Amino acid sequence: MKVRDIAKIVSAKVLVGEDKLDKEVLAACGADLMSDVLAYVNGKDLVLLTGLANIQVIRTAEVIDLWCILLVRGKVLPKNVLDLARERGMVVMSTGQSIYEASGLLYMQNLPPISLETERSGKIGVDQPSA
Amino acid sequence: MASINLLHKEYVIEQGNFLKAGEASSAIKQILRQLGVSAGVLRRVSIASYEAELNMVIHSFGGTVSADISPHAVVLEFADTGPGIEDVELAMQDGYSTASEEIRNMGFGAGLGMRNIKRCCDGMDIVSSAGGTKLTLTFLV
Repeated sequence: MKVRDIAKIVSAKVLVGEDKLDKEVLAACGADLMSDVLAYVNGKDLVLLTGLANIQVIRTAEVIDLWCILLVRGKVLPKNVLDLARERGMVVMSTGQSIYEASGLLYMQNLPPISLETERSGKIGVDQPSA
Repeated sequence: MASINLLHKEYVIEQGNFLKAGEASSAIKQILRQLGVSAGVLRRVSIASYEAELNMVIHSFGGTVSADISPHAVVLEFADTGPGIEDVELAMQDGYSTASEEIRNMGFGAGLGMRNIKRCCDGMDIVSSAGGTKLTLTFLV
C-alpha cells in the first residue's frame, strides 16, 4: 500500500516526506511503548502507528530502520523533531483518529500486521528472510 | 571487514538530555553500516546501544560510551559516574523499573530495557557501585 493511500484511508495530514507518497508500505504495527517497538518490530517498509509524540519516536524508528510513522489522536511533533525526521528521510503523518480506528481502517484495506519477532530463540535480530 | 583494524570511538552522554539521547547510538550505527556489518548484527547493536544510552540519560549522572570495533566483535562500554544500580539482579527483571511518570510518558521506563539489551548481545557484564556503573556489551560479528 502506498503512503498516499494510507494518508487517504485514515484522513491523515503529511507532516514530513511529501516526496515519498508513492513509496510502498508492506505492513503495519502500533505501539506507544518504545521498548516494545525495539523488541518486537522487525521488517522492511513498515508503518508505525503511535500516540507517542516526541523525539524518541524518531530515534527509535531510526534504530530499527523504520521510515514511516503515523501519529494518532491528533498528535504532532515539534519543528526540530520534524526536521530530524526529514533529515533521516522519513515520512511523518498525523491523523485525528484513535490508534484502534486507524488500525482497523488500514486492516480492512488489507494492510497486514507485522509478524512479531518471537521469543523462541530468546534473541533479537536474527536475520529474517525477506517477505 | 578483514582489512579493518581496531577502531575506537567515544561519546559523552549527558544526564537528562533527552534531545541528544540516541545520538551516540546513531553515530555508532552509521559507522558499523559503513563497515558493512550484517543487518542482524547492526540491528542488535543498535537496539542494545540505544536502550543502554537511554538508561544512562534517565538514571545516571552521565558518562561515556565507547565502541571498540574489530573484525570479529563489537564491544560497547557504557561507563557512568553514579549513582549506581542498587540491586542489579532486580534491575534485570522484566517489568522492574524505577523510572518516573515523566519518563514513562516518553515511552520508556517499562522495565524492558535490560531484557532487550540482554537479548541483543552475545556477552553482557555489569559492575555497579555508588561511584558508577560499567556495562560492557559484546557482539560477535
